[in-house]
Amino acid sequence: MRKYSPKNDVQQKSYYTDRFYVAPTLDKAPVSNDSTFASDCSSLANVVEIKESYIQAGHLVIYVDSKDNVKAIKHLKEIRAYNFMMELSAIDYVSTQNGFEVFYEMLSVSKHKRIRVKCFVGCDDAIASVEPLFRMADWSEREMYDMYGITIKNHPYMKRILMPDDWQGHPLLKSYPLIGDEAAQWYEVDKIFGKEARDIVGPELRDAAQVERYDTQRFSRLGHEVPKGTDITTNEPETPIRYQEEGGVQLFGKKLVTPFDEIETKHLEERK
Amino acid sequence: MAQHKVNYLQDGGAPIVLTTVDKIVNFGRSNSLWPMTYGLACCAIEMMASGASRFDFDRFGTIFRASPRQADLIIVAGTLTKKHAEFMRRLYDQMPDPKWVISMGSCANTGGMFNTYATVQGVDRIIPVDIYLPGCAPRPETLQYAVMQLQQKIRRNPANMRQKAKRLV
Repeated sequence: MRKYSPKNDVQQKSYYTDRFYVAPTLDKAPVSNDSTFASDCSSLANVVEIKESYIQAGHLVIYVDSKDNVKAIKHLKEIRAYNFMMELSAIDYVSTQNGFEVFYEMLSVSKHKRIRVKCFVGCDDAIASVEPLFRMADWSEREMYDMYGITIKNHPYMKRILMPDDWQGHPLLKSYPLIGDEAAQWYEVDKIFGKEARDIVGPELRDAAQVERYDTQRFSRLGHEVPKGTDITTNEPETPIRYQEEGGVQLFGKKLVTPFDEIETKHLEERK
Repeated sequence: MAQHKVNYLQDGGAPIVLTTVDKIVNFGRSNSLWPMTYGLACCAIEMMASGASRFDFDRFGTIFRASPRQADLIIVAGTLTKKHAEFMRRLYDQMPDPKWVISMGSCANTGGMFNTYATVQGVDRIIPVDIYLPGCAPRPETLQYAVMQLQQKIRRNPANMRQKAKRLV
């Protein structure tokens, strides 16, 4: 990430080069500042090894080893009354640390306190499921697997949750391109028509801002429609907006729809 | 008993009408377009509004059907994800011929703002489209205009014109 520079006097400068606001890291307070968190921490330290702990934005953050995650969360749930798992997911640190940071956000309804258990999982490691403790972990861990490819041990139904089952790759990895890899870009064509249809369907047009004024194969201007494929580069036909065919819909030798004439309309006269 | 006097001489003659098969078949087809309810995203709200009383699709003979077997028009209203593309194609295949497709809104036309790995970049990659309707989301009037354009297209073509191939390829 870019180095943070203070932006208090940016208005006074003639040039401003930082294009994006980089949020400063929140202050970390020691655990001893809060008596509830301090007793939570000392209680948890008897069960698992706490690597690091601090209070950030009112949340207690605890780093544990990835092997101890179930033990720590079980203790926090059953002994320390953090009985609500709000969220769990992962953060991609593959490029810098060759692994993922998995976090568990928990809430104590009785104590009105929030706690975050974090652990680091290497790319080749697996992490134990906390689904036996919290049912919500079922889908969240499936999403974690789907999006990052983190293997979950002892999960009751380890399957992709958002992407299709035959999808290749894990889309939330930082190494995954936003428009998808080759398998993703041809996914629907391969699946429906088969790989041999790639030449016929053609690659995806990814330029959303592309407007071709004279392209009548795909689009034409609203209100000035012409039959598909009409060449309008020269002598563009006059196409006034017409809600009926010329002279109305003709069927049984006479007009079904009489053309609307504003002057001859009686109701209009009466209203005037 | 009321006596009705039928003036056979008005409207130009005898109680016989002459027309062509094309015209009468296309008259029937274009004025009873039954679209399938295929709302995928926010465009579906506009599509629902078009069907409801204020805009009133029924006056076009356009009545939404919940089954592809009864529908001859599919309005793709919203973002089509790649996971869903297969089902979309299957539903289209289940519709009886003749059938037409309106691609409603930017997402269905080109993928729209979803320039991502998970969105189909235009439903014309999956099914043949008759009318592309721009807008994000298009107003109900615009959808009605699209249906009227489709009606004109149907009336313009011969009734026994070769139907589109079942498969794109």
